[in-house]
Amino acid sequence: MTDVLSPESRFAPGTFTPSPGRGRVSRMLFTQARTELLLNLRHAEQLLLTMIIPMALLIGLSTLPLLPIDEPRVDSVAPRVFALAVISTAFTGQAIMLGFDRRYGVLKRLAATALPRWSLVAARVLANLAIVAVQLLLLGVVAAFLGWTPSLAGVAGGVCLLLLGVAAFGALGVLVGGALRAEAVLAIANAVWFVLLLAGGVVLPVDSLPDGLAAVVRLLPSSALAEGMESVLREGAFPGWAPLVVLLGWATVAGVSAVRTTRLT
Amino acid sequence: MTLRLGSTVVSPTADEPAVQVRGLVKRYRTTVAVNGLDLTLPRGQVLALLGPNGAGKTTTVEICEGFLRPDGGSVRVLGLDPVADAPRLRPRVGIMPQGGGAYPGVGAEEMLRLVAACAAAPLDVDWLLRVLGLEGARRTRYKRLSGGQKQRLSLACALVGRPELVFLDEPTAGMDPQSRLLVWELVAALRADGVSVLLTTHLMDEAEELADQVVIVDHGAVVARGSPSELTATDDQQLRFRTRPGLDTDVLAGALPAGCVVSEPRPGTYVVRGTITPQVASTVTAWCARHEAYAQDMRVATRSLEDVFLELTGRELRS
Repeated sequence: MTDVLSPESRFAPGTFTPSPGRGRVSRMLFTQARTELLLNLRHAEQLLLTMIIPMALLIGLSTLPLLPIDEPRVDSVAPRVFALAVISTAFTGQAIMLGFDRRYGVLKRLAATALPRWSLVAARVLANLAIVAVQLLLLGVVAAFLGWTPSLAGVAGGVCLLLLGVAAFGALGVLVGGALRAEAVLAIANAVWFVLLLAGGVVLPVDSLPDGLAAVVRLLPSSALAEGMESVLREGAFPGWAPLVVLLGWATVAGVSAVRTTRLT
Repeated sequence: MTLRLGSTVVSPTADEPAVQVRGLVKRYRTTVAVNGLDLTLPRGQVLALLGPNGAGKTTTVEICEGFLRPDGGSVRVLGLDPVADAPRLRPRVGIMPQGGGAYPGVGAEEMLRLVAACAAAPLDVDWLLRVLGLEGARRTRYKRLSGGQKQRLSLACALVGRPELVFLDEPTAGMDPQSRLLVWELVAALRADGVSVLLTTHLMDEAEELADQVVIVDHGAVVARGSPSELTATDDQQLRFRTRPGLDTDVLAGALPAGCVVSEPRPGTYVVRGTITPQVASTVTAWCARHEAYAQDMRVATRSLEDVFLELTGRELRS
């Protein structure tokens, strides 16, 4: 090789002397989760999906007599909109972000660093939980102004359902976002969100759907989460094992499938 | 057994080559991408994997990086298995994937800081952004960076962790001449500081300039290897010159002393092989003059790496 390293080279000898090693795991995990959270929070379409649409539905359905819902309307609407918020973030938002992240090669880039594989997933989970926390805080405050009076006895059950909901929809989001082309992910994730919103037991109670459809919809994670949230937060009642089993089942099946199908690029 | 001394890991594999590949085979459904490839990168050296598009360069590198599993043969990187030992290997290796990689909406600085957070003793991020000319793009979203800026960010990500070994897959693709020169300087500085470098390129001058060892691959197999000077060494002398393309070389060959062979390896570039004397040069000039043309850039030379490359890999275009 010829002497490219002339005396006026901009790199002093010893600049690149190897000193490799893994960073602190807590710092890696925190930095990646914070980066993903900030990316979500400054992404306009994500905010529309995760914050603005759920907020508009909360206010609209609580104040206008659009749907056959018992009074006080906000006591039914708020828990169902919480469920929608989880679907928006963990499923649709996550699938779309993942689809485009793969397109731009970020998974390969991160896999090429010292980040352990589990922390690639853990950081996404943390970022999603943080977004859901922000959503619930904002939606909860607005609901309170609309006269929402949740049953405090149901709060613990509600948190359990939310965590299971994030797990089930998060796994489904990775399943869709981790295997298909970005454009296909965009189309499917938005279409599924819209169908679940209208016919998946989210805003319309399952009981108001035709019988045949209702039987199917009861097995969907969307209805399990929305109906479960309404029963714990409105009545403070144990939602029964059915919604817990449905959510856990979807989380397991989608999670196991996603591990097999997710590709880095 | 691994002894941990402070943050330095002393492993019993320290004198093994940086990369050792033996009989590597990789198939994709109907095609064989890599077919029995061998290469050895000694520590502290630069190896250039040179070949046309589709020759199997990226596949080979991605197997060494642990992103793909080989279908046959053995691969050792820093004495370890790139797939099975990936968690131990990743912190010691810097990777610049082809085409880079980052979140579409992330700022250039934000991305580099994230990658730096994964290393125990990273380079200074501000300094790295400055020397790579990314100062003005600190807050620019990745998807808005130019091709050259993305490449430089990707290079920064590969280097920030102070690795022992770096893989650079087409590091200068899409770069302007200034950036290319910078990359060349960087690679030279890495080598001077004892970092091992495996890079792929299809640019002859890049391989010739940077590499201790050039491995020319085509159709997934090695077709030649050696230092640039070994590869270009030849017994017979050559006279190279440029003039109008497509002239009748038989006439020139007839006028030259016996044993001289004339060819036109590229349109307008002519090579006379044989015993080169001033008389030969004079005959060439006269032949050009008869065609009302100048014999330009005339020089007595050894082969260039490009000649070697085209001789070995042929002339037809690759997809």
